[in-house]
Amino acid sequence: MSLDNNKVKEIAFLARLSIEDSELEQSTKELNNILGLMDQLGEIDTGGAEPMAHPLEMSQRLRDDQVTEKDLSEEFQEIAPKTGSNHFLVPTVIE
Amino acid sequence: MMHNLTIAEQIKGLKNRDFSSLELTQHYLNRIDDSKLNAFISVTSEQAITQAKLADSILAKGNATSLTGIPYAHKDIFCTKGVKTSAGSKMLDSFISPYDATLSEKLNSQNMVMLGKTNMDEFAMGSSNENSYYGPVKNPWDTKKVPGGSSGGSAAAVASHISPFATGTDTGGSIRQPASLCGITGLKPTYGRISRYGMIAYASSLDQAGPMTRTAEDSAIILNAMAGFDTKDSTSANKLVPDYTKNLSKSLKGLKIGLPKEYFSEGLDKGVEKVVMKAINDYESMGAEIIEVSLPNSIHAIPAYYIVAPCECSSNLSRFDGVRYGYRCDDPKDLNDLYLRSRSEGFGDEVKRRIMIGAYALSAGYYDAYYLKAQKVRQLISEDFKKVFKEVDVVMGPVSPTAAFDLGSVKDPVSMYLADIYTLSVNLAGLPGMSIPAGFSDNLPVGLQLIGDHWSEELLLNTAHQFQLKTDWHHLSPVD
Repeated sequence: MSLDNNKVKEIAFLARLSIEDSELEQSTKELNNILGLMDQLGEIDTGGAEPMAHPLEMSQRLRDDQVTEKDLSEEFQEIAPKTGSNHFLVPTVIE
Repeated sequence: MMHNLTIAEQIKGLKNRDFSSLELTQHYLNRIDDSKLNAFISVTSEQAITQAKLADSILAKGNATSLTGIPYAHKDIFCTKGVKTSAGSKMLDSFISPYDATLSEKLNSQNMVMLGKTNMDEFAMGSSNENSYYGPVKNPWDTKKVPGGSSGGSAAAVASHISPFATGTDTGGSIRQPASLCGITGLKPTYGRISRYGMIAYASSLDQAGPMTRTAEDSAIILNAMAGFDTKDSTSANKLVPDYTKNLSKSLKGLKIGLPKEYFSEGLDKGVEKVVMKAINDYESMGAEIIEVSLPNSIHAIPAYYIVAPCECSSNLSRFDGVRYGYRCDDPKDLNDLYLRSRSEGFGDEVKRRIMIGAYALSAGYYDAYYLKAQKVRQLISEDFKKVFKEVDVVMGPVSPTAAFDLGSVKDPVSMYLADIYTLSVNLAGLPGMSIPAGFSDNLPVGLQLIGDHWSEELLLNTAHQFQLKTDWHHLSPVD
């Protein structure tokens, strides 16, 4: 599979990244090189191998549904770029 | 000099009052000050001195633990309350962590002394430390060379004796490869052995923390302090932590060592191969049995890893959105502009590349061909090891195909990825692996890789320690 400049722009937007037009050519080339490496997987016969999502055979632990975290909202707001009346502020979304 | 002592010796020194923690700490802080390797992103001198004074008072009262007062350098990927935690990224350049990672807490609870936070490839993505927002670290053996990565600052700090040990993390070789390139002892434990809570995530099914020390004995001492179950990490293993120093002196007579033929094929530098084979011969003369084995799927580790890791990274790094913490662009005109510019200005090139590869591989229509396929290959790689560990106790081979390369010499991302060939399989299978100093090629250190079955850290440390009793590569140092 090979990507063209438009596809690269589309992927970048999906990942909420922007690529300068001046860097687009180079990015496309590099991503295609990496894709070439990834495409080697297609040639491997994986037979009936089960997909392995995790290195250990463990199941998800359950715990009682109780609040254990301390309320750190003040500490967390302190390091935020912009806050107001106990909220994280972003540019207006709905007028 | 104090900085030439191992941790085991420093523990004795503190106990016997040969020196105080404050003297030891001040000595290292001075050395850091004089160092030109760029190994640290932040040096926390004031805090270190306060911690050292506290440690001395605890030592004087006699209720110290064995590591009280020992200084260390912390990879800047671990959250440290009130201290900048950057992960080597502009994105987190102003991030003062509001909480401690479990590992930070564990080391603090022993009243150890944190000297500072070490330099690293941005978000642990890289094999040369050249992807750091704070500039590359230099290899203490030759300052024109890379220290390896991503834990390059940690490796350089330990090798140049500006810290007695450092923490590291290893997702695809990031402890073992810099340990090899800087001539120190690095251990990546079994996945789940050390808590990942508060360790900034790159690829969550692969990331694992570990100690970077000069000797295997020190590594065992530090692993004792680092390992253990943590309810805050859902993938932490609820498994007893043995005393890793207990079996160090066991004889290796009859130990079965497997040499995977795939690890000695084309692409391995002759000088590195020579060092590795000499070390294997040393093991044979210590009574070990050498057996050729095969890991046929290990050659697929690169494409499998460079799909699994970017997929997990694209998901993990979506949290950096310029809203709650970290970098935010100036004057965003709308929400998308806020996301796009904050992320594009905040992340470096390699991080952006991996996020995009992951986003593509996970996108509709490509999932089966890439992510699912990579997970199947991961299974095959893991099964190869299962078979081999029915036959042998430890697998050995090179860590990296070459010794340290020149700063700026590898420009193409794919060439950089290919150099990870011998380390990636271990992470994909979740196994413990080590790099120990085994000799030199062209005056640069070369590490020997030791790979064990799940939870075999005791055996790996024993195997490494016995080698270090017979050789002195680990005592050679680029500094006086």
